[in-house]
Amino acid sequence: MSGPLAGVKVIEFCDEMGDWAGKLLADMGATVMKVEPPGGSRTRGYGPFLDDIPGPERSLWFWHYNTNKQSVVLDVAAARDRLAFAALVADADVLIEDAPPGRMAALGLDWSDLQTTNPRLIHVSITAFGRSGPGTGDAFTDLTLLAGGGPAWSCGYDDHSLPPVRGGGNQGYQTACHYAVMALLVALLERDVSGLGQFVEVNGNAAANVTTEASSYSWLVAGQTVQRQTGRHAGVNPSINTQIRCADGRYATTGLPPRRGDDFRRMLGWLDQLGFRAEFDQWPFLELGMERDRIDLAMLAEDPEAAAIFGAGRDCVNFIAARLPAYEFFTQGQERGFQVGIVYSPEEMMEDPHFKARGFPTAVAHPELDREFVYPGAPYAFEKSKWSIQRRAPLLGEDTDEALAPYR
Amino acid sequence: MEATALSHLRICDFTGQLAGAGATKFLAAFGAEVIRIEDPVAQGRWDILRGIPPFKPGQAGLEYGGAFNNHNVEKLGITLNLRTDRARDVLRKLVSVSDVVSENFAAGVLDRWGFGYEELKRIRPDIIYVSNCGFGHIGPYVRYKTWGPIVQAVSGLTFSSGLAGQPPAGWGYSYMDHTGAYYMAMAILMAIYHRNRTGEGQWVDMASTEAGAVLNGPALLDYTVNGRPLRRPGSPDSNRSQYPSLAPHGIYPAAGEDNWVAIACRDDEEWNRLAEVIAVPRAADDRYKALAGRLTDEDELDRLLCEWTRQRTAAETTGLLQSRGIPVTPVRRPGERIDADPNTGAWGLWPTVQHAAMGAVRVDGMPVHLSRTDWSLNRGAPCLGEHNDHVLREILGYSTAEIAGFRADGVI
Repeated sequence: MSGPLAGVKVIEFCDEMGDWAGKLLADMGATVMKVEPPGGSRTRGYGPFLDDIPGPERSLWFWHYNTNKQSVVLDVAAARDRLAFAALVADADVLIEDAPPGRMAALGLDWSDLQTTNPRLIHVSITAFGRSGPGTGDAFTDLTLLAGGGPAWSCGYDDHSLPPVRGGGNQGYQTACHYAVMALLVALLERDVSGLGQFVEVNGNAAANVTTEASSYSWLVAGQTVQRQTGRHAGVNPSINTQIRCADGRYATTGLPPRRGDDFRRMLGWLDQLGFRAEFDQWPFLELGMERDRIDLAMLAEDPEAAAIFGAGRDCVNFIAARLPAYEFFTQGQERGFQVGIVYSPEEMMEDPHFKARGFPTAVAHPELDREFVYPGAPYAFEKSKWSIQRRAPLLGEDTDEALAPYR
Repeated sequence: MEATALSHLRICDFTGQLAGAGATKFLAAFGAEVIRIEDPVAQGRWDILRGIPPFKPGQAGLEYGGAFNNHNVEKLGITLNLRTDRARDVLRKLVSVSDVVSENFAAGVLDRWGFGYEELKRIRPDIIYVSNCGFGHIGPYVRYKTWGPIVQAVSGLTFSSGLAGQPPAGWGYSYMDHTGAYYMAMAILMAIYHRNRTGEGQWVDMASTEAGAVLNGPALLDYTVNGRPLRRPGSPDSNRSQYPSLAPHGIYPAAGEDNWVAIACRDDEEWNRLAEVIAVPRAADDRYKALAGRLTDEDELDRLLCEWTRQRTAAETTGLLQSRGIPVTPVRRPGERIDADPNTGAWGLWPTVQHAAMGAVRVDGMPVHLSRTDWSLNRGAPCLGEHNDHVLREILGYSTAEIAGFRADGVI
């Protein structure tokens, strides 16, 4: 493997919460051995499944979260396999686990046990609430992490009779994993200097709490509480809708309205090219906007003409959005220098020409099926030590014999 | 306590907003020397967060932006007027003693200033250059401009957040500014690790739309493998859990105004315990005893639950279910999770920093602890040019007279 983490050996003892961390490391060249129980990880039973037929080698969930990893089956309930686990860790750079607090100690496989034989070990513990302290025993899921930790309060609709919304895609777990990877990379670089490993504790509730942008700092700095709004930033004060249903039924986000004189010139030009001027009766204000250097948003209350110009610009971009198919609106707007976006479904993003040109959709071979499938690609493009998927997720126990051979 | 884990690293930092500044904040929290460069002519306003609310009560202006402070704690701040040749010389000197140059301008900005990757490499052959913008530096949309909500929209994250039959709810904040910064921090750290092994620097081109798209989870493979799109009738419904299949699973109304409680049952056993607490005959219905039956009419199951949760506060429901081992939590408001969740308090998640103008102010801390070399946040974000003397004299070796000349001539 050619990634920047080539040569780094990771033992992963993770369930649904920590899988993502191991994948991020494995896709960058680390050797990640996933220790699975006999019968396989629980997530091999999670859908969706290949052709909707369940089976331990057919879980697309497992495929997604375990690319490039090796599978080593160990029954940690058995003393012999616990010794094998300890032997693997003794030769590893990193142990990453998402066991509930107390479980690793009960197995005799906690940091205090392992570091005596491997003082260079970096042991990463990912838990929902940390290893000790208030709430560490509470039951949780991705939903409750995002609801209790802050993100859900900011997400949802203008209509507050509808509940707050958890964003899709397991972001509570993935956010904990992002911090796990960042922190263990710090520990790796520190080890380059000191020669010593250490214990890294990741708290999923805390990770959600510091991934909420203005929700946190509005409270910390000013004691203010943001309120959720449809498809745009939650705010202390309500803001204007920016999510428009386009002519093809898809949505676009219209971003920041025109403010500079040149913005109004390009906006009016766009309106004319589309032949829409006659239908947009506020167009004279766009002409007035062209005569101004810029609209000072702080002055809108005292300058009624500026307020009318600013309102016309905002209405014009929404007017155009509603009359074009979403993709036309997105590309025409951006070509004219307006920061607008299309609300793609995940699969539509994979079909977009820009991301295809960048090589984002990535073909992964599944030789035992004699097929190839497309996976999402690299989150970062390294010039030299590149991200890659060398192998699809492991078959259950595929690497057990090879991994344990040195210890048997 | 001073953080030491990364104190051997120096970052020449052009980042701003959150998408870039969040990355170097993480490094600074672990002791990296992050030197943030700002434009004295524009008074640092290439980062719009400088000088915009929230402000502490009674404060306002360029040095008082609460978001700016939050994202730039523990960094050093210098000003360089890069329109002048002398400031460009200072920058060259800084790059020559830095491990990393980081930026999140629109694609091509640094290049136009004459400090693109090729030039950075000439100054320091093993330099690590990490750029982070919405669409990256290569591809048909290279000129397109973004901010968090556009990145989220294009990557699929806005679409996948919402209730059935409603428009996308999206993320009510720039989730991808946070998360783009996390990937940028990872990229910087991994590139340094690679350099330590090989002596080789490199450019990492980040497109935060791609960092966002990798987060869509297994739903994406359901399309590429099974041909089932997420855009289909009744989908998505992100408060529910399709994969893994769980029910009930949602956010339910609690007594009072805009109060909510999240509940999930991970297996039949948890549902049976919940049904006992609800204690109405409908909950004990045999058809709900197994997951398949609960999934058959999830709307009806949710109505049953709503009738029950509505009658009590979120705290009461949480207490009742938590003691029975069922995943449950109030949907916490900012004040509730910051000042009243004992878990975040005990973690030390909201440290107080000292800012030269704002005074004492609390900020987001780090959700990780390292046993030997932990993070530490003490110093607030730099005021404009606050560390000009320190950086130019102590790090770059300019004399007091030279620095005075820079100041007099508008170089810094």
